[in-house]
Amino acid sequence: MAKINLNGRDVAVDLPDDTPLLWALRDGLDMTGTKYGCGIAMCGACTVHVDGQPTRSCVTPLSAVAGKKITTIEAVGEAKVGAAVQAAWQKLDVVQCGYCQSGQIMSATALLASNPKPSDADIDAAMSGNVCRCATYVRIRAAIHEAAKTLA
Amino acid sequence: MNFRIENAFQTTRRGFLKGGAGLALAIVTPVMADTPAAGPGLAGSTMVDGEFSPSAFIRIGTDGMVTIVSKHLEMGQGVYTGLATLVAEELDADWSKVKVEGAPADAKRYNNLFWGPAQGTGGSTAIANSFEQMRRAGATARAMLVAAAAEQWKVPASQISVKAGVVSHAASGRKAGFGELAEAAGRQAVPAEVKLKDAKDFTLIGRSAPRVDSVSKTTGRAIFTQDVKLPGMLTAVVAHPPRFGGKVASVDDKAARAIAGVTDVVTIPNGVAVLAKDFWSAKKGRDALKIEWDESAAYRGSSDAIVARYRELAQTPGLAARKDGDAEAALGAAGKVIEAEFAFPFLAHASMEPLNCVMKLDATGCEVWNGEQLHTGDQFALAKMFGLKLEQVKLNMVYAGGSFGRRANPQSDYLLETAQIVQAINGRAPVKLVWTREDDTRGGYYRPIYLHRVRAALDAKGMPVAWQQRIVGQSIAAGSPFEGMLVKDGIDMLSVEGASTLPYAIPNLNVDLHTTNSEVKVPVQWWRSVGSTHTGFATEVFIDELAGVAGKDPVAYRMALLDKHPRHAGVLKLAAEKAGWNKPLAPSKDGAKRGRGVAVHESFASFVAQVVEVTVQKDGTFKVDRVVCAVDCGIAVNPDVIAAQMEGGIGYALAAALTGSITLKDGVVEQSNFNDYPVLRINEMPKVEVHIVKSAAKPTGVGEPGVPPLAPALVNALHAATGKRIRTLPIGEQLQTA
Repeated sequence: MAKINLNGRDVAVDLPDDTPLLWALRDGLDMTGTKYGCGIAMCGACTVHVDGQPTRSCVTPLSAVAGKKITTIEAVGEAKVGAAVQAAWQKLDVVQCGYCQSGQIMSATALLASNPKPSDADIDAAMSGNVCRCATYVRIRAAIHEAAKTLA
Repeated sequence: MNFRIENAFQTTRRGFLKGGAGLALAIVTPVMADTPAAGPGLAGSTMVDGEFSPSAFIRIGTDGMVTIVSKHLEMGQGVYTGLATLVAEELDADWSKVKVEGAPADAKRYNNLFWGPAQGTGGSTAIANSFEQMRRAGATARAMLVAAAAEQWKVPASQISVKAGVVSHAASGRKAGFGELAEAAGRQAVPAEVKLKDAKDFTLIGRSAPRVDSVSKTTGRAIFTQDVKLPGMLTAVVAHPPRFGGKVASVDDKAARAIAGVTDVVTIPNGVAVLAKDFWSAKKGRDALKIEWDESAAYRGSSDAIVARYRELAQTPGLAARKDGDAEAALGAAGKVIEAEFAFPFLAHASMEPLNCVMKLDATGCEVWNGEQLHTGDQFALAKMFGLKLEQVKLNMVYAGGSFGRRANPQSDYLLETAQIVQAINGRAPVKLVWTREDDTRGGYYRPIYLHRVRAALDAKGMPVAWQQRIVGQSIAAGSPFEGMLVKDGIDMLSVEGASTLPYAIPNLNVDLHTTNSEVKVPVQWWRSVGSTHTGFATEVFIDELAGVAGKDPVAYRMALLDKHPRHAGVLKLAAEKAGWNKPLAPSKDGAKRGRGVAVHESFASFVAQVVEVTVQKDGTFKVDRVVCAVDCGIAVNPDVIAAQMEGGIGYALAAALTGSITLKDGVVEQSNFNDYPVLRINEMPKVEVHIVKSAAKPTGVGEPGVPPLAPALVNALHAATGKRIRTLPIGEQLQTA
């Protein structure tokens, strides 16, 4: 039974070790904010932070994250950068269907944590792994700049 | 699914029955859904569970919270916000105290007023059909709150005002929130008539109220079908046949059953389902199945062969969809005929949330949790399958992670699949069906392949005197419950809309259609903007070609043909102005070619024009730099949501134009996931500017109309930059191979 530190709390997951972290979160721990989109790390809907690094949880087996610190959308707003990103998303009404936005916010937060003032090219590089079929990209870009401004 | 659907359910009920959906529709009569249970003039029964419930659409709690019940699915298009805006406007509610929940399936109260006695969301009708209904619901509730205050304060109702959720009487200085008045309001008589506001008094309509779903969708709290979990629920993953029409011949499930967590393996009409306590175990079980398929009745067509066959059909006349004058005669008499062929691939919807459904079956009936887009059709299909009464099928509408039309499946495909699985385990446990991305991509119900052959002749001044457009492709409505409503004299309106409605003044304008359902057996369905996905492209690229032959400016050429269509002309003019059409494009610094193209198209009674700017490198790779979009959708209920729908429509259309293509080879779908069915990413998204035409006309939809102009405007821009005209979608690498 794998043990992880989820959003600051030690938890055990009663699922086989080859279960991807995504499904451990969703089916094992009832944390459904992290979404399934493709299962092959091509869309980013499942992005979480593992020891602070944005990680595609759909291709990350539980065995690879045992003992590591996992942050999900449910808790990302407890830190300053995540809260600023969520606030910017809300201010600019980025969301449409919303299904990909947990992953978008996790990727954007990781970007701003390492690069407080990203250029458009930096945003393209960091965010092009996150697909949004509603194509909210114009606003995602604007919201990242907005969050950077509020954090400055 | 377009505006022509208006009331068609009422007039062609047999069409619905033809699909086998059941008889019970005939007993469903539409009633005014804003009539409360008590009925007009009757007091004393509009309190339900401690809340003031003056209609099926509003509940006001004693805490002052206003709950608005949305009869339409929120799939990203902003309808929860839009419907709430309409209610809150007339109610004079405090927007921060408004929340929205999805309506249950109940066509008596929640029917789409454009669809007669059917409940559902589609054809960009949500705001259009609800505009007065929701406002009247808000005004009714407001009048009852005012009456309650007048009674308590012993002042005339006419002296009472309401603003942002506060009811007040200026002369006496008395004030009360909605919550304080809720119970007393529940005892008031329901007014038979209410007066709606003049547009000049609007405080929310036209002002971009913030989305009601922003907070829940940015914190992971929004609940989609994928997030529903019931006690004892099992997850089902299905092995579908590799070709459409295939059946299970035999299955060896030994290895699947040996996987920890797997509880059941059941054969259903379209495959084999593996059930487990969690998704991953179910998927491992599915992948371990060994299935022999019976492909004796399977479809084995290929995309290339379909297109070749359509090209052949396009040489012979089809059924007439529009016949103004005699285009063939005019073409025959013309000195020069301009001809072009346009081809379009299958397209998958590829919503971010792969298809899924949660279902529970017990002695009392069937309960469903779903991003529910076609309540009435799905309710009939499930009632028929389980032998239940309509009201025993309870549908819980949750957020949909996109749809773009896919969740409004006329055959209720994935709901029935869930039902078959639940039935196969005798309702022992609730079941969540989860399609993987691969299942979703290969699951059919695509935008059909189409081929257009268009010919035109110009007069001495270069203006068109004849336009003959032949369309070849599958009918979406044929064989569906919508056939009776949408197919007239063999013409599926969905196949020709946007071409048969061409606005340009051309004396000899003929459109005809070959429908190929007898030959091509691929399940097809509406895809965001439906017929206009292809007709908008063919017509707007071809008119650009004619302008080129005539040596005229593409905007001026169109304008000269739009005398009788001021709303087309209005958006075209606005987009051109805002884009700086009459000024040359700034040249590229590195010597790359730049180009600008335009298109205008009406769909779902909304009018959209777009100007696209591109930069093309020497090697033929290109980037879409900017899109300037003008939209006329009548009264702009929420301008920011309208802008968002145009931005999103442009991105969705751009993905299809650049790379979107599902191909069949020997009946097998060649794509599987985002690696081989690429969708738009942030680095490909252009700058977008949206300009909304000021209008006093009734509002029309915006979910789909932003899509059609993008691809033709882009292709026209690429032509302006390179001189090469692309007529086959997707664009792919066609500029690189030139």
